[in-house]
Amino acid sequence: MAATETLRVVENHARTYRRIWRGSIISTFLNPILYLAAMGVGLGVLVDDGAGRQALDGLDYLTFLAPGLLAASAMQTGAGDAAWPVMAGIKWRRSYEAVLATPVAVRDLVAGHLLWVTLRLLMMTTIFSFVMVMFGATGVAEAVRAIIPAIVTGLAFGASVTAYSATVADHTGLTNLFRFGIVPMFLFSGTFFPISQLPGWMQPIAYVTPLWHGVELTRAWALGIDPTFPTSLHFAYLGLWIVAGSLLAVRQLRRRMIV
Amino acid sequence: MDGSPLVEARGLTKRFGDFTAVDAVDFEVRRGEAFGFLGPNGAGKSSTMRMIGAVSPIAGGDLSVFGMDPEGEGAKIRARIGVVPQQDNLDEEIPVDENLLIYGRYFGLSRAVLWPRIEELLAFAELTERRHDKVESLSGGMKRRLTIARALINEPELLLLDEPTTGLDPQARHLLWDRLYRLKQQGVTLIITTHFMDEAEQLCDRLVVMDKGKIAAEGSPRSLIEEYSTKEVLEVRFPDEAKADIAERLDGLAKRVEVLPDRVLLYTDDGDATSHEVWTRGLEPESVLARRSSLEDVFLRLTGRSLID
Repeated sequence: MAATETLRVVENHARTYRRIWRGSIISTFLNPILYLAAMGVGLGVLVDDGAGRQALDGLDYLTFLAPGLLAASAMQTGAGDAAWPVMAGIKWRRSYEAVLATPVAVRDLVAGHLLWVTLRLLMMTTIFSFVMVMFGATGVAEAVRAIIPAIVTGLAFGASVTAYSATVADHTGLTNLFRFGIVPMFLFSGTFFPISQLPGWMQPIAYVTPLWHGVELTRAWALGIDPTFPTSLHFAYLGLWIVAGSLLAVRQLRRRMIV
Repeated sequence: MDGSPLVEARGLTKRFGDFTAVDAVDFEVRRGEAFGFLGPNGAGKSSTMRMIGAVSPIAGGDLSVFGMDPEGEGAKIRARIGVVPQQDNLDEEIPVDENLLIYGRYFGLSRAVLWPRIEELLAFAELTERRHDKVESLSGGMKRRLTIARALINEPELLLLDEPTTGLDPQARHLLWDRLYRLKQQGVTLIITTHFMDEAEQLCDRLVVMDKGKIAAEGSPRSLIEEYSTKEVLEVRFPDEAKADIAERLDGLAKRVEVLPDRVLLYTDDGDATSHEVWTRGLEPESVLARRSSLEDVFLRLTGRSLID
């Protein structure tokens, strides 16, 4: 992999992003504000006054929800940036065809793309953590620490969804991924309630989803508690998704573009 | 450096599954010439271009570009060529000049090198006044010129143009031809695919006619016309009642007679003389037109008249 070619891909991502950054930053702020206000504060009052506090090991709902939502939002960003923009590069705008006619190779293109997704995740999780502190969900140090597992979570999706997008024919495949994969994960991987609340047969499914591991880690690091499994195991599982996803992304994109 | 071909293909083959798109073709492109691939849709022109551009692996035979192997040295080859794809793939949402800047950065060129070059290319493409506009607001001809300007950002020695003027109006086509001619004058080697005969005659020093993945003929436009056609063609139209046995009644009048549904083509070296003979035989055509042979006659003779979709 050529490092300079990779950096040029990142640079040009940033150059294009410069034209839309205002709108992008505003929605990155709004998203956690709306969720934490509606669910953390609004719904949280009901949870805290009811039987909820016991099920959450004595945590108030806002504190429980905020880090989980941070990980889940990182998933949304990672998957989203790896879905439509990749299909646009391949098919709708054909920008990958233009890039690959230069000295940039497929592996440089994928590496640059994933590095850019990482930078986007850094922006997004930083803003989210700031909002989290504003709401009083966590302290500053905890919020900063939670950024790391959240970015790893986002990248696990960034890499694997890039491979997926390079494989499916068009937007139907992407819509189905979100409909049957990302949205159910968002709802049932421990973001809004502990997976112990799920029916017994569904719990093993939650263990397989990368988001559950991401939520466990991010919540643990934000609240200073122990995750379900050892920290290294959670990280290793997400790492597997990143490595396998990246390798598959290069292979699938090469098959798609270099014909 | 001179003398050795810039691009050399021996038995070059491309397959997509069971379909052979390019079937063991041989050709050479020399430095400084404008070389054309002429052929109907699906003849294998674009596949050949993509292999030369080092973005498509070859299935068989040998290919060298600048004396290098596209398989192992693709990035080095791509650094020295410019590509104008069949479909524009500009970034529509960013301004004209930034399209050039971004593309130049992929070649590792510094901004200090790029900005003066962008000025020149904008002038060359007659887009200086539109430099700050988003690409999506440009006309088809302007986008095409910008695509060509973008392909020149790395000062390539070889420019690959895949159907450069398809879909453009005559004014835009002539402007593009003028620009391509200027590039050739500056010593840039051009490889062009087209199915426009006039374009091939205007631009190409030498060309090959491709059909069904094979090379059907090779030469300069002039020599191809001499070899595969006659100096002139007489186009004759007859009323319906005279059409029945028209081929027999015209027999011997020309080197070759082609009967089409609406008219008869007589391939001859002297159109007026042949026309006279048609009348002498007592045939009474509705109309007669003598014209010079063109590359189109060669093309249709070599690739047939049936539609290829």
